[in-house]
Amino acid sequence: MASKKIVLHFPHRLVNQPIVYKLVKDYDLQFNILKAYVTPQEEGLMILELTGEDINFNKGIEYLTSCGVKIQPLSQDVIRNEIKCTDCGVCVPICPTGALVVDPITRKVNFYDNKCIACELCVKACPTRAMEVRF
Amino acid sequence: MKTIKEINEKIKKGEVVVVTAEEIIDLVDKKGAKKVAQEVDVVTTGTFGPMCSSGAYFNIGHSKPRIKLGGGICKLNDVPVYTGFAAVDFYLGATAIPDDDPRNKVFPGEFKYGGGHVIQEIVGGKDVRLEATAYGTDCYPRKKLETLINIKDLNEAVLFNIRNCYQNYNVAVNLSDKIIYTYMGVLKPKLGNANYCSAGQLSPLLKDPYYKTIGIGTKIFLGGGIGYVAWQGTQHNPAVKRKDNGVPGAPAGTLAVIGDLKQMKPEWLLGTSMLGYGATLTIGIGVPIPILDEEIVKYAAIRDERLFTQVVDYSQAYPQMVPGSLGEVNYAQLKSGEITVQGKEVATGNLSSYSKAREIAEELKSWIKKGDFLLTEAVKALPGAESGYTFKPLRERLK
Ligand code: SF4
Ligand code: SF4
Repeated sequence: MASKKIVLHFPHRLVNQPIVYKLVKDYDLQFNILKAYVTPQEEGLMILELTGEDINFNKGIEYLTSCGVKIQPLSQDVIRNEIKCTDCGVCVPICPTGALVVDPITRKVNFYDNKCIACELCVKACPTRAMEVRF
Repeated sequence: MKTIKEINEKIKKGEVVVVTAEEIIDLVDKKGAKKVAQEVDVVTTGTFGPMCSSGAYFNIGHSKPRIKLGGGICKLNDVPVYTGFAAVDFYLGATAIPDDDPRNKVFPGEFKYGGGHVIQEIVGGKDVRLEATAYGTDCYPRKKLETLINIKDLNEAVLFNIRNCYQNYNVAVNLSDKIIYTYMGVLKPKLGNANYCSAGQLSPLLKDPYYKTIGIGTKIFLGGGIGYVAWQGTQHNPAVKRKDNGVPGAPAGTLAVIGDLKQMKPEWLLGTSMLGYGATLTIGIGVPIPILDEEIVKYAAIRDERLFTQVVDYSQAYPQMVPGSLGEVNYAQLKSGEITVQGKEVATGNLSSYSKAREIAEELKSWIKKGDFLLTEAVKALPGAESGYTFKPLRERLK
């Protein structure tokens, strides 16, 4: 089994194509969309967690590449150093994916790393530098 | 109704009733201020946020032969300290940074290490490297000193912050079309986010808006240990316009605080880096409010919904000293995660940790309940709303 987070860049002409659907149907892959949007230049950007048998996984990637989708591994991870985090919450409106959320009762800041796309925006914005990049 | 002396007797006997500034709110809703004033003796407050006008002074003891740091240059882990005192005293400011820090040359500067970080390491019991040069005198001949120092060996290590604990603070937004980096955090363009910095209903001076109990000499929780209010803080501004409930609707009073660094804890004194702005220190402070009468209860029980502050543009209005507000919001709105500014929904972020403020109020409550912490009578009141004390801008002049 392979399971990876990958970043897909769709050129404008592919934005309306059912490409992800084919990954499921033809290659039996499961996916979890972590983030998707169309940039002002009309390039599609999607971050997927893709899971499936190794052989299918590789074929699926080959298929995407052949369509003209640029693939980037989401190789680095952003983690939170719990000792350094003060739960202030100033990172919350900075995060584009809602991976950092204030719990309304405890007022602590929850970090959902499955939603994190490692954009690093929070890393330097955190006053105690609790968000760390791990390669 | 009650005196501090009577409350202290109860503390000693283990009979004191203490609640936090959050707990008192529902209690007053349920039972009414009159009853609560009889039943409760102390309300504890707390706040935990970056406070730049902070620092510590030290006396390191005399070397053999002697050196006079006064008038010389001295650094702790490369961070310069102020030496304009006698031979071996100096003051380390929270925002000091090493001479070779790139600052904002590569914008926005990261300010990874500064005075606040050195203070955190010192409090944490780590050795720090002292390097000093002096001009040498007959009585203090030595010109160079290089040594490790540790807090346990120092004669004095005293946290002395000239402005902490702001009574209320602005909400910062950015109206311009480029990202800005401020002491209120990273502000995204076109009202991309709104940052605030207060514990709201837990914040010390918001719960004693007229400084009826908090004054010079008040004993407090400071950096995980015990401290005292030394004076009003710099920029103390009690004359700010107040709401009907008496609470200032904008930044107002401040406190200068002091305490022995040796009994403080590194969890409550955190080196902090504000991107594009500078280094500073995040500090935990908790102030007990003795419930002497019903009026004090009423103030202490004001909830977030009734504590208001101003939204200020940090791209133009703040740097250019242009007065004015983009609107007034309350802390319940701020805490909901979204406020409306100029018709736009804007996501909010707090620089000040509410959950840590709550921890501080709980910690102080447990100290008082255990009998470890007696209350003090203020020896002098802070300048109040009618005192005529103001916060003036600089008038620049060359003669
Ligand atoms: S900004 Fe940093 S310290 Fe504050 S909640 Fe986010 S990760 Fe924690
Ligand atoms: S790196 Fe930070 S800002 Fe970016 S998605 Fe992850 S948590 Fe959010």
